[in-house]
Amino acid sequence: MAKVFERPKSLTDKPFHYCPGCAHGIVHRLVAEVMDELGVQDSTIGVAPVGCAVFAYDYFNCDMHEASHGRAPAVATGIKRVHPDKVVFTYQGDGDLASIGLAEITHAATRGEKFTTIFINNAIYGMTGGQMAPTTLLDQVTTTSPYGRSGDREGYPIRISEMLSTLEGVAYIARVSVHDIKNITNAKRAIKKAFEVQLEGKGFALVEVLSTCPTNWGMDPIEAFKWLEENMIPYYPLGTFKEVK
Amino acid sequence: MAKVLMKGNEAIAEAAIQAGCRYFFGYPITPQNEIPAYMAKKLPKIGGTFIQAESEVSAINMVYGASGAGARVMTSSSSPGISLKQEGISYIAGAELPCMIVNIVRGGPGLGSIQPAQSDYFQATKGGGHGDYHMVVLAPATLQEAVNLVMEGFDIADQYRNPVMLLGDGMLGQMMEPVEFSAYEGRDLPPKTWATTGYDGSRQRNIINSLYIDPKALEEHVQKIYEKYKAIERDEVKVECYNCEGAEIIVAAYGTTSRIVKKVISMAKAEGIDVGLIRPITLWPFPYSTFSEWADREHVKAFLSVEMSMGQMVEDVRLGVDGKRPVYFYGRTGGMVPHPDAILEEIKRIRGDV
Amino acid sequence: MHEEIIMAGFGGQGVMSMGQLLAYAGMLEDKEVSWLPSYGPEMRGGTANCSVIVSDDLVASPIVTDATAAIIMNKPSLGKFQDVVIPGGSLFVNSSLVDEKCGREDIDIYYIPANDVADEIGNSRVANMVMLGAYIKKTDIVTPDSVINSLKEVLGPSKAHLIPINEEALKKGAEFI
Repeated sequence: MAKVFERPKSLTDKPFHYCPGCAHGIVHRLVAEVMDELGVQDSTIGVAPVGCAVFAYDYFNCDMHEASHGRAPAVATGIKRVHPDKVVFTYQGDGDLASIGLAEITHAATRGEKFTTIFINNAIYGMTGGQMAPTTLLDQVTTTSPYGRSGDREGYPIRISEMLSTLEGVAYIARVSVHDIKNITNAKRAIKKAFEVQLEGKGFALVEVLSTCPTNWGMDPIEAFKWLEENMIPYYPLGTFKEVK
Repeated sequence: MAKVLMKGNEAIAEAAIQAGCRYFFGYPITPQNEIPAYMAKKLPKIGGTFIQAESEVSAINMVYGASGAGARVMTSSSSPGISLKQEGISYIAGAELPCMIVNIVRGGPGLGSIQPAQSDYFQATKGGGHGDYHMVVLAPATLQEAVNLVMEGFDIADQYRNPVMLLGDGMLGQMMEPVEFSAYEGRDLPPKTWATTGYDGSRQRNIINSLYIDPKALEEHVQKIYEKYKAIERDEVKVECYNCEGAEIIVAAYGTTSRIVKKVISMAKAEGIDVGLIRPITLWPFPYSTFSEWADREHVKAFLSVEMSMGQMVEDVRLGVDGKRPVYFYGRTGGMVPHPDAILEEIKRIRGDV
Repeated sequence: MHEEIIMAGFGGQGVMSMGQLLAYAGMLEDKEVSWLPSYGPEMRGGTANCSVIVSDDLVASPIVTDATAAIIMNKPSLGKFQDVVIPGGSLFVNSSLVDEKCGREDIDIYYIPANDVADEIGNSRVANMVMLGAYIKKTDIVTPDSVINSLKEVLGPSKAHLIPINEEALKKGAEFI
């Protein structure tokens, strides 16, 4: 009997450590499926962040680097310049990319570094226990914005895709979500595009994936996906922000 | 090959290129700017890559990426910039990656001055970044030695999979001297089977990493690194002993300061005073046993550490001398360079003491 | 033979390149040499000086504290460096720009109107070479040929047309000794 559903080759056998309802597992799978479909598993070098996805090197079945907090785009720059013929991607969360690593992602993008970034935006720090992220929404309660984020006090949430899409070196930027099947399908299409753009040597590509953190949001998985849809998407609209033909 | 007159910074850059370095990531800071400028000019013409990074932090992480991908790679900076690189250096040491880091030291702390100093000795030899690790620290006194040490330094880095720092100062970087680029007979180096080059199933997956979440595993990892350090301490110490035979007082000095001390030694000789010099060329591993052996000699009455700092290497000199003789210190700091007359004065004062 | 020279003037007077040429020429004659610049945040217009050592023996410290000679291109440099020269040493003063005299009697002092000479031969930028010509004539430390050969190396073929005027400047400077 033909198997119609199996684990992508580009994932190892190691079970994910992520919390129930966390979207990291979904996105890992989408990235791995894209690697399989493009036949690039053997030529891909990934860069894991500091954050919940710190162990991504255990899950992606390819050569990997573990970067220090926020520096994955600099590390990926080093790798890609040494191996311009390989496929290089970074996988980063919102604290890693949009806070401590904002300089690195911005300059890698503006240099038009030919690698792909998967940016997980779940509006909170997960691994360290639910602190405010640069993408935390207004009024959202976290351990370090216990009275709800206020623009006056904590500043406003940052829209990375919009910001980076103004840069010349960028070839492709899209924001997607994984809160339902239709959106997961769209997300995979965008991730595939972001790898294809790299293979075509067009420039920097980034996919921002709106994601969940039921544990630190204090919700069950179903509530979390509903919260994402009702609260995050209005502030972080989905779509393609830049695509160089 | 004929001698060429070169600026120290340019000689260091050329030596790196001749050693096979094709990747350089840096950020502007005085007094090392000629290194990135030289690399920016030369590397693209020979198939290499130069990137002016957005910060020293990014530059060192580009080094981390390129080194993990298997390349011979270098970065350079000066004191405040090296402070910024410390996080990355710790990761590089933890992930056991080879690379060359050049520090053309200037006065500190803080923004300090841009004049030559040796006040980064602690930062270079005792860690700088977090965790249990060492860099091999090479301290040339002449431009020819800088060239030779850069070339050998890349091999040391590769052999032990460990970052190597070339510790110069503003004077060494800015001065010109004749240098010769003779072919360097490289060491026999193991292939970089650990580098990330793409996993096609013919070997284990290669993961460049310094995270060991299980403390037992981290302890084992660090202990393994320290086995390597033992071998470095055994095999890689470099030191020059100058005029030590019969010397009453032995001066400890490295780099630029050691050159000034050599002048002082001839001035002292003219006055009938025998002064020797122990010049550590590797600051880590430090030549402790050399100091210990000379401290056993009857004719040696005292040691004097002369530095462009408030006294950093003197702590290692004391460890080497181990209480067998008094150890004195003389230093200038902030970018001030010790005057030969002042050093000679100090030597005479110590002679009166002992 | 052991010469330690300080050269000083305004940025843009060719002080640094004069020192480099002397070091280069010394190297071509198989002598031990070093060149050490002052360096600071001011890129142009400030004072500039460099120390050159040319010796039969290995150069210990490249820092010149007891100069055998000083070449002074502007007024502020005279005050700063006239006392650095050891007794019996020599001082070369660009009298086109320095109207003061040095009061020392234990050194040889030469006043050379280097800018005027340079203007006469058609290029004010070779004033440094006029001074260098005087200095090497006095000390015999390197030959004018070695200086010109160094200059050829430094300038490269694209600026070879500048060689004759530099040669002329060295000669004119030597006439003051």
